Amino acid sequence: MSLNEVWFVLFAMIIGGYLILDGFDFGVGIVHLIAARTDTERRLMLSSIGPVWDGNEVWIVLGGGVLFGAFPLVYAALFSGFYVAFVLVLLALILRTVAIEFRSKHQGGRWRLSWDVVFALASAALPFLFGVAFGNILAGVDLDEQGNVHESFIDLLNPYALLIGLTAIAMFALHGLVFLTMKTEEELEARVRSLIPRAMLIFFTLTTVSVVATAVFQDQVSDRFLSDYWPFVFPATAFVAFLTCVRMVRAGQDFLAFVASSATVGLLLASGGAGMYPNLLISSRSESFNLTIDNAASASNTLEVMLVVAVIGMPLVLLYTSGVYYFFRGKTSLGPDSY
Amino acid sequence: LDAEQLSRWQFAFTASFHFIFPPLAMGLGLMLIAIGIAYVRTGDPKWRQLAFFWTQVYGLIFALGVATGVVQEFEFGLNWAGYSRFVGNVFGSLLAAEGVFAFFLEGGFLGLMLFGGNRLGPKLWLGATSVVVFAAHFSAIWIVMANSWMQTPDGYKLVTSGGANRAEMTDFLDVMFTPSFLPHILHIFVASWLAGSALVLSVSAWYILRNRHFELARAGLRIAMPVFAVLAVLQVAVFGANQAVSVTNHQEVKLAAIEGLWNDQDCAPLYLFGWVNESAQTTKGVSIPCLLSFLSYGSTDSTVKGLNSFDQDTWAPVNLSFQAYHLMIDIAMLLALIGVVGAALYYWKSKLFRLRSALWALVITVVLSELAITSGWWTTEVGRQPWVVWNLLRTEDGVSTTLSTGMVASSLAMFILLYAILLGLFLYLLNAKIQRGPSPLEEVEAAPVSSLPDSLRDIFRRHGPMTNEPAAQPAETPPDEVKP
Repeated sequence: MSLNEVWFVLFAMIIGGYLILDGFDFGVGIVHLIAARTDTERRLMLSSIGPVWDGNEVWIVLGGGVLFGAFPLVYAALFSGFYVAFVLVLLALILRTVAIEFRSKHQGGRWRLSWDVVFALASAALPFLFGVAFGNILAGVDLDEQGNVHESFIDLLNPYALLIGLTAIAMFALHGLVFLTMKTEEELEARVRSLIPRAMLIFFTLTTVSVVATAVFQDQVSDRFLSDYWPFVFPATAFVAFLTCVRMVRAGQDFLAFVASSATVGLLLASGGAGMYPNLLISSRSESFNLTIDNAASASNTLEVMLVVAVIGMPLVLLYTSGVYYFFRGKTSLGPDSY
Repeated sequence: LDAEQLSRWQFAFTASFHFIFPPLAMGLGLMLIAIGIAYVRTGDPKWRQLAFFWTQVYGLIFALGVATGVVQEFEFGLNWAGYSRFVGNVFGSLLAAEGVFAFFLEGGFLGLMLFGGNRLGPKLWLGATSVVVFAAHFSAIWIVMANSWMQTPDGYKLVTSGGANRAEMTDFLDVMFTPSFLPHILHIFVASWLAGSALVLSVSAWYILRNRHFELARAGLRIAMPVFAVLAVLQVAVFGANQAVSVTNHQEVKLAAIEGLWNDQDCAPLYLFGWVNESAQTTKGVSIPCLLSFLSYGSTDSTVKGLNSFDQDTWAPVNLSFQAYHLMIDIAMLLALIGVVGAALYYWKSKLFRLRSALWALVITVVLSELAITSGWWTTEVGRQPWVVWNLLRTEDGVSTTLSTGMVASSLAMFILLYAILLGLFLYLLNAKIQRGPSPLEEVEAAPVSSLPDSLRDIFRRHGPMTNEPAAQPAETPPDEVKP
């Protein structure tokens, strides 16, 4: 494996880490208004992600930094090209933070309800925008020779990208519900569990449609799958992971169900990544303008330094992140310092 | 105004707003460690009460720092694609290292710090807090490395590909430790600690003025007063001066701009305040003769180069950087004065507690500190213009070319509106928190200290599901839960 390939895989893993971890925070937000009825229940929902959501958000910051450092041309093209979409991502990220932090700092029904609504909307907007962006990345964008993307925000909202955006919302709603089965008790837990079958059905339907749409309309991706068959491993295992999730939820094995749901998220992302490889951004103008892991990467010197950083740092990150999750494991309850 | 101008304003605005919070968090973090140490050593519950109170304030500050920090990282790519392509090899790797080494540590342990007060014993809580505060400083180190590289680039070579230049790293250590880095980071650390101690000082002095929470306010003063006084003096005499010398050595034209010095001058004066007329090329104001020569070169008759010794297209906006610089200097001197007088009154038979005017002076120190930090930041960034990377890349060449004026105008309007709301909420909640004061002892001591795990071994023994010891508690219900 070349250094550039290593960084492609590492970047995908970091984005995967972000989607799996912050993904259940999105999900808790998406179902916040539906699953939790009373103020106590809503505080429990927020407190279930309370000690970890901030750490989870760090993964997207790392993803941005890694893209900047390893593939600066893609970072520059993507962020400036999807300007409006990413500004909206920032808006949603900030509003979500504010809603979580400020909601319970003040008594008053209207204050709290307003922030609950903001929390839910921002939590749905994030996966939607990421899904739309990912849909456009899969479909290819109007990328010129200088590596500039010429797409207006309206261009980005094409039917295929919207479909991927909705699928992402459904995926994280389910992921969040599965997470909540580990964290909630009594009535709230019962309501969470009763929502899961519907969420599974919606997710499965939308994902199937997305897969078919990708196979039919996105030739650059389907050709990639058909040229060497190994990428099929990812969607196939994603399907197995989803079935496992269904079984584990039924069996009441909440932790294993969460692991399976996380695997589903990660493997679906990997399917997309395998479909893109070795491109990072596909140009609809000419194949020669594509930004690939070779022509868009930093020099090997930088990639080496970053690899050393990752090899030293990431095991530590995984170690103490697991430690924090271990410490806060189990059902959530409210204390004097809860949200 | 075109997309480039608006992008500059957007970056300046969002960065200035963001930069309110991290220094405050670093400084308050240091105060929290001091409070934590006092608690561990004495076991006096008032320290625990104080720690609880300031931890909640810390959480508020931290949340805003994170929310506005992501914006900064995204903006390099959003508005400054040309810059991102140019510096990606160098700058991106520093950002990535910051993420891996510092942000995760901070984000991971923050939960333990904020929500651990009734789950962790004093030593473990102090440990978690120290990790968070260390990580905040570590993060500052990486980002200041990146910024210092933009001021005094080193450890790179220029490579041309596809008609565009870019900087490629040749030596990571040189990139990390450019000549301006050390003075820069020390100056920022001290400024941050000043801001944090000023926050504790302000609120404590206010409680004393209002005759509320007297014991706790006194405890706050006891920690913050000496720290503030010593740092305020050192900042002016050592760290600030040192930073000025670094600018002299590496960015002569910037020194000329921030001092409004037009022609080469022996025995150059240091202005206290003044006004620069850029078209007439004059600077008028109150100055101390020869001090600039002395501070810059260690001798009063040294020659300091004026702006006219450099090409005009390398001048920063002179009056703007002059005003930012002198606002910072003046506030810094005022803070040193408040610090010295305040500490003298405090240690001299506690006269401070009866002198309302002195207490009011302490109350405003936090606002002054923040103003000094912001104006200092403007000095270094505006003073670097017209370069975004010193002598290598002009800011106008760093902008994203695909943006329309309308796009940037709308995003800038959005950020202004959003940040105004954020600032309003922040001040409202901070004020509410301060008005309410520290939580009563019974709430803080919801869990008796003796019941809390206070070493890593305790955590695994008490909470670990693998244990066979009869004393072990079931993992799912920590003993301290209170259901309201």
